[in-house]
Amino acid sequence: MSSQTARSNLMALPAIAWLGLFMIVPCVIVFAYAFLTRGLYGGVEYTLTSDNFLRVIDPLYAKIFLTSVRIAGLATLFAILIAYPAAYAICLAPKRAQPMLLFFAVLPFWSNYLIRTYAWIVLLNREGLINNLLRWLGYDGEPLSLLYSEGAVIVGLVYNYLPFVILAIYSSLSRLNGELVEASRDLGAGRIRTFWRVTLPLTMPGVAAGGVFIFVLSIGNFVTPALLGGGRFQMIGNLVYDQFLTANDWPFGAALGMVLIAVMVTLLLLQARASARFSGETAEAKNG
Amino acid sequence: MADALRIKLTGRAILVLVFGFLYLPIAVLVLLSFNDSGLPTSWSGFSLRWYVSLAGNSDILHAAWNTLIVAVVATIIATILGTMLAIGMETRKRRSTPLEALAFAPMVIPDIVLAVALLTLFSRLNVAMGLHTIIVSHVIFDLAFVCSVVRARLKNFDFSIVEASRDLGASSFTTFWRVTFPVLLPAIVAGALLAFTLSVDEFIIAFFTAGAGRASITLPMQIYSMIRFGITPEINALATIVMGVSATVLLISQWLNKEQMTR
Amino acid sequence: MNDSVSNPVLSVDTVVKRFGKTVAVNGISLDIRENEFFALLGPSGCGKTTLLRMIAGFEVPDGGSIRLGDRDITHDAPEKRPLNLMFQSYALFPHMTVWQNLAYGLEMESLPRGEIATRVDDMLKTTDLSALASRKPTELSGGQKQRVALARALIKRPKVLLLDEPLGALDKKLREKMQLELKRLQHEVGITFIIVTHDQEEALVMADRVAVLKDGSILQCGTPQEVYERPANRFVAGFIGAMNFIDGEIGPDALFRAGGEALACDLDGLQRNARAVLAIRPENITLKPAGSGIAGTVVDVAYHGLDRQLYVKTALSPAPLQVRVAATGPGVAAAQTGATVSLAFDAAACRLFQE
Repeated sequence: MSSQTARSNLMALPAIAWLGLFMIVPCVIVFAYAFLTRGLYGGVEYTLTSDNFLRVIDPLYAKIFLTSVRIAGLATLFAILIAYPAAYAICLAPKRAQPMLLFFAVLPFWSNYLIRTYAWIVLLNREGLINNLLRWLGYDGEPLSLLYSEGAVIVGLVYNYLPFVILAIYSSLSRLNGELVEASRDLGAGRIRTFWRVTLPLTMPGVAAGGVFIFVLSIGNFVTPALLGGGRFQMIGNLVYDQFLTANDWPFGAALGMVLIAVMVTLLLLQARASARFSGETAEAKNG
Repeated sequence: MADALRIKLTGRAILVLVFGFLYLPIAVLVLLSFNDSGLPTSWSGFSLRWYVSLAGNSDILHAAWNTLIVAVVATIIATILGTMLAIGMETRKRRSTPLEALAFAPMVIPDIVLAVALLTLFSRLNVAMGLHTIIVSHVIFDLAFVCSVVRARLKNFDFSIVEASRDLGASSFTTFWRVTFPVLLPAIVAGALLAFTLSVDEFIIAFFTAGAGRASITLPMQIYSMIRFGITPEINALATIVMGVSATVLLISQWLNKEQMTR
Repeated sequence: MNDSVSNPVLSVDTVVKRFGKTVAVNGISLDIRENEFFALLGPSGCGKTTLLRMIAGFEVPDGGSIRLGDRDITHDAPEKRPLNLMFQSYALFPHMTVWQNLAYGLEMESLPRGEIATRVDDMLKTTDLSALASRKPTELSGGQKQRVALARALIKRPKVLLLDEPLGALDKKLREKMQLELKRLQHEVGITFIIVTHDQEEALVMADRVAVLKDGSILQCGTPQEVYERPANRFVAGFIGAMNFIDGEIGPDALFRAGGEALACDLDGLQRNARAVLAIRPENITLKPAGSGIAGTVVDVAYHGLDRQLYVKTALSPAPLQVRVAATGPGVAAAQTGATVSLAFDAAACRLFQE
């Protein structure tokens, strides 16, 4: 038995080494940088400080932080509002068609992020398709400035991450025991009450998983605000980018990166705990 | 009955709307790439001229070649490491939480953070950056995705066939090559194809680890700088090709996965 | 429980296997005869599968030894042992056809291609699988898979064939058919079979000898008739077949007393003036004319085709006694629910146990 474990560990070792060397070690270095001082010419000086983290709550940066949270939060909300009915509709489709529908719902997610974002520039810009469409419909005012707005950033985020949210919600909807819904109807609850009292609570883990996913990826995003926000909407991701590539303040950039990681880890842990407790409850209900 | 019909129709309508939302923007790009004028304002006839002009753009060809090198090499390394990791994780007697977290982390870590961390590491070590550093970085998330695809296959893998092979007189080495590997192969290939498309499309990490200059610019980096300059019909053509390649590779990957599930 | 056999083909000597703190196999010894059909019978978790896997080489014993003929195989790798295992899940290679599955084991012996082909074709014929040679395992029914798994193990001409719950995945009808089929095949090929099962009926029907296991130890080892008719203890008595248990005590006069009745049974060296349990099978209780035996009331009747199972409440025990009567036997007509009946025990078939 111990020789089996030794063999298993040996198989995993090269990947562990790779991830350790190129993911863990760099993250630890960045973590250490976050407590160092910016050097005179862009390097770092080995003077310990907590200033970098204090700067994060400086009103200037706190505002960016709040903007990021607001944009990511709205993107999460809209994505769930679209993804839930979509996942439900896939569940209503014939069983045989479901894997294919799901595959095509997720397919865009695996293709080029930049291009999918670019597609919205084509649609939203002043000479873009939507303005053209409006003119064709008889609108003859100034072309709408749809691009380079908070709305454009949110649309871009929702569009890019929607497939995954659909996937997460679908997987918990499809695992839902159809008999529970039927039992609720049998006990006299209507379709709508059954949805609110049975279906929705039981599929919350999927909603949470999808929600955490899109929130974490949105708040650290850098491409979408840069392209669809036109640089007018700084988010944490852009701030990190700037500190490393333009402002050359690596310690501050590192501190911002650590804040992102902290947000991610916290949300993932909360979600894991919530879904563990949730599955514990359903297991109890089954036994009781 | 009328109720059931109404629900069915509502479901269909939602599907049409959502798939419209997901695919219309892409469809517009594809359509525009064949528009002779290249402008969204009017359709001036079908033309391949933007594709022809792409083929003459040496910057793009150079970037495409770099991307291919990065994606192929990173995929090969990641497929070997990811498959081994998957087998290692699934043959353990007990789940190891740190190992699970380690294998999961590359899929959820914000790419901007991983990108600056790698930049820090490479500059700390005074490594000259180029295609090789992009490859090293891409292997990180590529191997995590290969691992998760192969593990999904291993979850319903009947390990007694490995014992059966030993029982019938095969050594553990022969057993791996004649039983375990062939049974896992479709999943390994599916994972490799997924890793390949991820690597082809990855922008931020490549951007940070490519080093200065244009020598090791990749296709997504090229596309990014083109987009920043504005909309050009060439981007539409390039986008269409890139999306077409991704979709084809992913369709093959999905088909392989389905094949093995029915086996 | 170590009954010696001269020239055993396989002998297991005080084998111990622990998993962490639990002792899965607790010093088991066994001798298996040439050409024997041997069954390891027990509830799940009794250690029977662990014992089988140690014989096959997939687990290494923590103590004791396993010998095949005069060769110690305790620490040999599975591929080095001239015995084969038929897996509970069948473990057919999903990427190979039936033919390739059968050929695999022979290829490992590096036999010439021609010989492999002949032996595979012969085995396919023997097991009536020729028509399925080019099918993949997913295209087979449960019964067909079972036959392929058996053929794949037998084609290696092992000294001993180990079968792990070979019929567990089949439905009842097919299982009964395959029980006889396996027995016939074993006679035909003349190979020692060791089968693991939790199904006592299966063990009784097929095996020449049965070992009943519980908690890692053998409770009794003998022919099906021996373990059925003369169970060694209360557990074996209850595990195999239907059994009535009556708590009581043995008096100074050597009679077993319970519920005001006194019964004369074979004491078999048990202590007098002590508590004891009497075990009697439903078919060893007969209906008597009222007033001549143990009085009771029929509380339920279960129909079983040729016979009826009566549940008779008596003063002997809190639970009603099960009584098996032929559908045409005496007194059946009267044996309706609520009827008063009289029972007689076959004294020779009664067994007494003391804890």
